[in-house]
Amino acid sequence: MGPGFDFTDTPVSTGTTIMAVEFDGGVVIGADSRTSSGAYVANRVTDKLTQISDKIYCCRSGSAADTQAIADIVAYSLNYHRNQTSKEPLVWEAASEFRNFCYNYRDSLLAGIIVAGWDEERGGQVYSVPLGGMLTRESCTIGGSGSSFIYGFVREHYRPGMPKEECIEFVKKAVQHAIFHDGSSGGVVRIGIIDKDGIERRLFYNTESGESKIAGSQSFIN
Amino acid sequence: MTLDTAPEVPRAGFNFDNCRRNAALLQGGFKPPTTTKTGTTIVGVIYKDGVVLGADTRATEGPIVSDKNCAKIHYLADNIYCCGAGTAADTEMTTDLISSQLELHRLSTERQVPVVCANNILKQMLFRYQGHISAALVLGGVDKYGPHIYCIHPHGSADKLPYATMGSGSLAAMAVFESRWKPDLTEEEAKLLVRDAIASGIFNDLGSGSNVDLCVIRKDSTEYLRNHELANKKGERQLNYGFKKGTTPILHTSIKDLQITERVQAVPMEIA
Repeated sequence: MGPGFDFTDTPVSTGTTIMAVEFDGGVVIGADSRTSSGAYVANRVTDKLTQISDKIYCCRSGSAADTQAIADIVAYSLNYHRNQTSKEPLVWEAASEFRNFCYNYRDSLLAGIIVAGWDEERGGQVYSVPLGGMLTRESCTIGGSGSSFIYGFVREHYRPGMPKEECIEFVKKAVQHAIFHDGSSGGVVRIGIIDKDGIERRLFYNTESGESKIAGSQSFIN
Repeated sequence: MTLDTAPEVPRAGFNFDNCRRNAALLQGGFKPPTTTKTGTTIVGVIYKDGVVLGADTRATEGPIVSDKNCAKIHYLADNIYCCGAGTAADTEMTTDLISSQLELHRLSTERQVPVVCANNILKQMLFRYQGHISAALVLGGVDKYGPHIYCIHPHGSADKLPYATMGSGSLAAMAVFESRWKPDLTEEEAKLLVRDAIASGIFNDLGSGSNVDLCVIRKDSTEYLRNHELANKKGERQLNYGFKKGTTPILHTSIKDLQITERVQAVPMEIA
């Protein structure tokens, strides 16, 4: 780095591991917590699981600025839509909104997004919007730079129709493996479980004891 | 040929002639002028009931220190301040612009403006300019929801954090925070921690230097401590090294009487 390093010219990106899995009645989403700017870790407790509506979340990977901007716009637009129609937005509506931005601005954006959530019509759903702006529904998907290291793990251990707790353990293990092998993924493992009652958040420290090293810091990391 | 009744309409859209001219000039070995950058250390922490912001006071133009005591903690609202790193002109203009937007917002809503509002306006503006506004900011303030620190990068991404550092001295300052920060610091502990983080930037980073500025924002009061500490006091001269009067001997003196005459001459105006 040194004095020649110009931080204003180094874009901030979420060299990332993100993941989402459907189970009967909901979805489990997971992410690491590292945001890097070149070789520097700009934020080690990032929350890449971003709320779009009550029961729809997205997992962000790629440029931090781009994905935050899109997520803010989609969240605003779905909130407006909800106010006008008095109906909770559907997951595929959120996903196709993301797809529209990612496809129309594909030349100027660096964003790989997983949209996941629960709605009355189709229950728990996972959609993937990768770099070019394609939209596909998947029952289990991974994304970000760390995902390349866990394709084998996911192929070997994913079974359709796993119960909730098994999905959580699967997502946690997969993200931990990605953090271990990928230099641009790291920090803690953040997990969200979305079902008809809303979201439940869980946090896993990668310490030997499984607890935070700083007492009382939970309130800031959650 | 242009007719008076149908004058030629100028071409619509942007004109990129100057881009080609500039590229040609650069190829010819032209050195473009450099901007004043605040190779900087700026930080912010949340403590028990407020936030403390800190900054060094050095501004640089390449290798030259262009201002030894500049102010990098900018006013946004009575309850919100913002430290700026990057191009000095950009941080100054963006914070001024957002400050005026926040004041208009306060007047129209008749409420104290929340810190998230400043964060949103700033990140949306920086994102719109796609990183061309070189402003890296540490935003801090207190509102009815409590104390907040945001770290905003030039491309428009923002992080909400309990403690943040920015600028070329951010690594030195973050080292101090990572080893000594804990939740629920007292005001005195927080001020000392911020002072030490800035001092570590001042002494270990070439781009940062001079003095420590602090700004303490509490629930219902703000304290801007400009030059809280002069980390680099100039040494006092012990003796007067000037030459005593009469050290140089006068060998001879001659006084000449000069007479100056001035003559003004009128010149007739030329008529076309």
